[in-house]
Amino acid sequence: MTSLSDSSKIIKPRPVNERYLDNVFKWTAQIFALTIALVLIWITVQVAIAAVPAIKQFGLNFLFQSSWNPVKSEYGVWPAIYGTIVSSFIALLIAVPIGIGVALFLSEDYLPPSIQRIFVFLVELLAAIPSVVYGLWGIFVLIPFLKNFTPLKGPGMLPAALILALMVLPVIAAISRDAITNVPESLRQAAVGLGATRWEAILQIMLPAASSGIIGGVMLALGRALGETMAVTMLIGNSNKVSLSIFAPSNTISSLLTNQFAEASGMQVSALMYAALILFAITLVVNILAQVLVKRLQKI
Amino acid sequence: MINHQSAKQTEAVIKTENVNVYYGNFLAVAGIYLDIAKNQVTAFIGPSGCGKSTLLRCYNRLNDLIPSFKLQGAITYHNQNLYAPEIDPVQVRRRIGMVFQRPNPFPKSIYENIAFGARINGYQGDMDELVEKSLRQAALWDEVKDKLRQSGLALSGGQQQRLCIARTVAIQPDVVLMDEPCSALDPISTLKVEELIHQLKENYTIIIVTHNMQQASRVADYTAFFNVRTTEKGDRQGYLVEYDRTEKIFQNPKEEATQQYVSGRFG
Repeated sequence: MTSLSDSSKIIKPRPVNERYLDNVFKWTAQIFALTIALVLIWITVQVAIAAVPAIKQFGLNFLFQSSWNPVKSEYGVWPAIYGTIVSSFIALLIAVPIGIGVALFLSEDYLPPSIQRIFVFLVELLAAIPSVVYGLWGIFVLIPFLKNFTPLKGPGMLPAALILALMVLPVIAAISRDAITNVPESLRQAAVGLGATRWEAILQIMLPAASSGIIGGVMLALGRALGETMAVTMLIGNSNKVSLSIFAPSNTISSLLTNQFAEASGMQVSALMYAALILFAITLVVNILAQVLVKRLQKI
Repeated sequence: MINHQSAKQTEAVIKTENVNVYYGNFLAVAGIYLDIAKNQVTAFIGPSGCGKSTLLRCYNRLNDLIPSFKLQGAITYHNQNLYAPEIDPVQVRRRIGMVFQRPNPFPKSIYENIAFGARINGYQGDMDELVEKSLRQAALWDEVKDKLRQSGLALSGGQQQRLCIARTVAIQPDVVLMDEPCSALDPISTLKVEELIHQLKENYTIIIVTHNMQQASRVADYTAFFNVRTTEKGDRQGYLVEYDRTEKIFQNPKEEATQQYVSGRFG
């Protein structure tokens, strides 16, 4: 065997500097990816460390106590947990059926494509409204409007939940629409070819086939609703009492944090950090549940 | 009348009379006269773009899903015009079933794939029995009887296509349309589906579109050869060249173009 010079080989060897660049690229990408994970861990650890004094003092009682009294150093987040979960739940109750309805309407051929595109854009634009604008609109338009025909006296659970519903609606509608339009057209043809009506095809074939995507969207919406701060703080009334009436003022964890952090010191800061940790845990659990649910649905 | 060759020996289930298919203003398939014989297999062959799949989809009004689709002329099924205004396309599709080019089972269990069609058609009998019967008719029962609850998507391509055939026969149609049912399958699966077509002929009238001429000569009693021509405006237009018994088309066709196509000289 004779050795050939590089220029006479038919398949040119890879230039050394290209291999070097490849490695640089690989390492840069790895560092970026790692940074995200590190920031997440760092935030969690810092919040947890700051919460340690409150955790030591109140333990799990913190979750079930209803008083929040910095003067007496009594802290409990039960009303805020209750308010967070109930407001998000009501919001989803309203937004899920409407959102899926909108998604179906905008994925079928009811509208000419040009008008349909405008509607899709408008729905997505709902998500672009800053939450403080939603809050302001809620205070000056929605609450006075609701007062006309409900026992609502001012801020409360109902207006907060309604605004939340409006805010998560575009998330549900847009993601559900994507999921529905991604169902292969061949499935619709198969269903229609077997004598299914439009509705039988949609309800029994298209929606189940899109269900993992739709549930993903709903869970994303739930995550947003649980953590939404500004609009809810402006509308919910920030009352640290558990009330079964949706017309009464209530509180959420994120509103509690926003309202208290400015004047907080000492144990109050630690209690707020503890509350933040709980909110973080709730959203984490929701996200894990969503993953499990989506995985299970995708298996079928 | 040009190209009007009917299946003389047996009763015609479907009659195609001077059918023109338009997409918007574009005449895609022109002037088709063609009668489909009962309990026989009719194959549609021809080069790409000749309109054979388009015509096939007219028989169960599946083209209705395309907004710009328009049909002139008449397709009659047992002497009823399928495109008469009072006809419900859903009812048409329950009598005239369809098997598609690519296997497209629903993302449901094997059992549910078959039960779905039966259920929406108001089937009242024993569902387990129907599922078994349909899977046996599709020669799939022995392969799947222990995994009826598993997803239809977990099957191989050939099995999926037989599942789709089982799903179609479960709604007990009268006519089964097959749009290149073997084009996505390996040779062994193709052979199985062809055997199946032979058996299904006892109970069903079958129209099969195929690119594979050996397949047409193996399975079909009648063969229709379509071709495509370019109009003065430059549009490609499909038309029927010749329709006769399969052995006639393959051994002694009347038209030069048919002779060239079946002997593999073009297409």
